[in-house]
Amino acid sequence: MTDKRTITLTVNGQRHTREVETRMHLADFLRRELRLTGTHLGCEHGVCGACTVLLDGEAVRSCILFAVQAHGCDVITTEGLAAPDGTFSVLQQAFWEKHGLQCGFCTPGMLTTLTAFLRETPDPTEEQVRDAISGNLCRCTGYATIVEAALSAARRLRGEG
Amino acid sequence: MKPSPFKYHDPSSLSEAVGLLGSLENAKLLAGGQSLGPMLNYRYVMPDHLVDLNKVVDLTHIHIEKGRVHVGAMARQRVLERDPGLQKACPIVREALLEVGHFQTRNRGTIGGSLAHLDPAAELPGVMALYDATLELAGPRGKRTVPMAEWGRGYMSPNLEPDEILTGLAWDAWEGVQGHAFVEFARRRGDFAIVAVGCLLALDAKQAIRRAAISLVGVAYAPVRLPSAEKFLIGSKGEEQAIEAAAAEARKIEAKSDLFASGAYRQRLAGVLTARAVKTAYQRALGENAGK
Repeated sequence: MTDKRTITLTVNGQRHTREVETRMHLADFLRRELRLTGTHLGCEHGVCGACTVLLDGEAVRSCILFAVQAHGCDVITTEGLAAPDGTFSVLQQAFWEKHGLQCGFCTPGMLTTLTAFLRETPDPTEEQVRDAISGNLCRCTGYATIVEAALSAARRLRGEG
Repeated sequence: MKPSPFKYHDPSSLSEAVGLLGSLENAKLLAGGQSLGPMLNYRYVMPDHLVDLNKVVDLTHIHIEKGRVHVGAMARQRVLERDPGLQKACPIVREALLEVGHFQTRNRGTIGGSLAHLDPAAELPGVMALYDATLELAGPRGKRTVPMAEWGRGYMSPNLEPDEILTGLAWDAWEGVQGHAFVEFARRRGDFAIVAVGCLLALDAKQAIRRAAISLVGVAYAPVRLPSAEKFLIGSKGEEQAIEAAAAEARKIEAKSDLFASGAYRQRLAGVLTARAVKTAYQRALGENAGK
C-alpha cells in the first residue's frame, strides 16, 4: 500500500506540482524531488534545527512536517534567501563577514531561523538572539560568531550601518 | 528515520474527523506534530491511518467572554503566546509557553496536542492544572467534558478514549489583584523540564493571599496540584515561614527517577522551585497592586 497525493506548493517563488508519498517529509521533498539540498537533515526528529525552513513566513522544522501538509503553502528555503542574481541577503552577508559558519552544516537552519527572528525582533539583545537559536545545534560550537553576525545584521537592517 | 507507511486523511470538519477516527483501525490523530512527528520517524508509533486535524479550522479559536477563556485544541502555541487578550487575562500562559520547545516548534505545536500527548514534563498541562481547566471531547458517542484533575490516568495516558478527539479547553481567568510565576529547571533552554512549577496568587485588600494555586510538572507522570501547600499560603503576606511550609509540601511529592535525575533530586528541586515561584508571584501581585 503506497498512499500518494498530488501536491502544489511554491518554493522560493516557484510553483511546483508533484505526486508524493504522503509519509514523505517536507525536507525529503525539497532535497529529493526538487533537488534543493541546502536544507539539511541532522537529527530527523525536530531537535537540531538544520532542516528549518519558512512555511508561509514562519520558521518550522521540515523533518517533522509532511510535504502533503505544505500543499498550497509558500516555502522559503536557504536557497531562497539571496537575491535572484545571487547577492547575499543582509544576514548572509553578516555571516560571511563575521565568520558565522565553520563546517556549514547548521548554517541553513541558522539563516532561516534568524531571518524569521529578525523580521519579528528588529532590535534584539544578545540574550534574545541566543534564545532564538537555542533550537539550532552547531556542533562546531561556533555560536559566538553566529550571534555576532545576527546582531550585526540587525543593526544593518535597522539602517545603523 | 522515516515513518512506516500509513494512509493519510485530512478531514475539514470535526464531524468528519470523528467519523474517520471511529471507523478506522489503528488510526492516530495528528495535531501540530511536534511530538508525534519524531515518534513516527523513530517508528515508536506505526499507525495504519493518520488523521490530520490541521484543516479543521473550527478548532483554532481563542476567545474570552466574561472572564472565561475558551481555546480550541488546534490553537497553535505561538498564536497563544502572541494573543494580547490571553496575555492580559492569563499572563502565566505566555511565561510557560516560552519554555515549550523553541519558537520553530511552537509555530506548529498546539495546546490540544500537548494536553493529549501528556508528556510528564510538558508545561501546558501544568498551567491547565492551575486553572482547573475543563477539557472538551467529542467522539462517536457524543460530547463530554473532563476536569483537569481527572485528565491524567497514567504515564502519557490522558482520560481520552481511542475514538475521542480533544476539541478544546475552557477555564476561568482569576479576578482581582494577582501575581503569577512559571519557573523551570532544564538542562538546556527548550529541553524537557526536569521540574517546573507554576504558581498563581490573588491578594485581598490588605495584601494577604486570598487564593493560591501551585502545580508541578516533571515530578510525577502527570501534573501535580498541591492543595496542601496552597493552604499554607492563604492569609500570608509572603512571609518566609509560609513559603517554606509550602516548599516542604512540594518536597513530599513521590517523584520519579529517570536517566536525567533521581527522585530525591527532583524532590529537592520541587521545594526550591516552589519557593521561587511563590516569591515571584507574590512580588508581582504587590507590583500590580501598587500600579492600581
